[in-house]
Amino acid sequence: MKSAVIVFPGSNCDRDLAVALEQVTGRAPTMVWHQESALPDGTDLIALPGGFSYGDYLRSGAMAARSPIMRAVIDAAGRGVPVLGICNGFQVLTETRLLPGALMRNARLNFVSRPVALKVENTQTLFTSGYNAGEVIRIPVAHHDGNYQADAETLDRLEQTGRVALRYAEEVNGSARSIAAIINEAGNVLGMMPHPERAIEAAHGSMDGRRLFEGLLETVS
Amino acid sequence: MKARVFVTLKPGVLDPQGKAIHHALEGLGFSGVNDVRAGKLIELDLADGTSDSEIEDMCRKLLANTVIENFRVERLENA
Repeated sequence: MKSAVIVFPGSNCDRDLAVALEQVTGRAPTMVWHQESALPDGTDLIALPGGFSYGDYLRSGAMAARSPIMRAVIDAAGRGVPVLGICNGFQVLTETRLLPGALMRNARLNFVSRPVALKVENTQTLFTSGYNAGEVIRIPVAHHDGNYQADAETLDRLEQTGRVALRYAEEVNGSARSIAAIINEAGNVLGMMPHPERAIEAAHGSMDGRRLFEGLLETVS
Repeated sequence: MKARVFVTLKPGVLDPQGKAIHHALEGLGFSGVNDVRAGKLIELDLADGTSDSEIEDMCRKLLANTVIENFRVERLENA
């Protein structure tokens, strides 16, 4: 599986994501700078990492979403290439409208940084096939703007079509319906606020993130 | 010419920052504050003759996230 990690100015979780991808898939991803106009040929997975792209100026992910490389990412997503957006990457995906809704300031206004319990709601996605339905996993979050909001109609549609992939099993940031991860209609784009790349090996305290990448390796290759 | 763009949260969108400001004002002894919502002012210094539709385009494409925000433009001619 050939993966690409997009790097924006201010991204800071790109290296952890590259390490996770290499460890689990056996192949180091190509790091793609946001100014590039094309992705490497044959890219099977595009990953948008966490961090503070453009300093979160204007809105988190707003300017990154308008970077030159994002034209290629949006086109690839339209052709069905899997896209994984983590934290700031999820924010970028909502700003491109590849995913609906918006990530707003955490309800209690604090920066939340701790492992959280997540319920796997849908194991039929490319990203969550490595989990068991209803399983509760522990993955760290670290964000200030993780409060997922969308209008009632959109939230209902997400629920009814099984597009909520992960839900917080504890109070974290005020997200509507406790939504932690969603997928697009075609099922190839997933955005999640938690950091699976920080739950890959025993030393991380939880290895629950590993199966997301293992699932991808199996379903994508 | 200059233009001012006011970006505000759509009515009904929760504004925890506005609430925090509200509480802080009450803490300072201002009792008559019913609600507070915080937005942004973006000041643009533009070439003369920049059209309204171009400014609106800037707003829709970048300055405001129209999923959750409204925008209002004020043109300041000869400013």
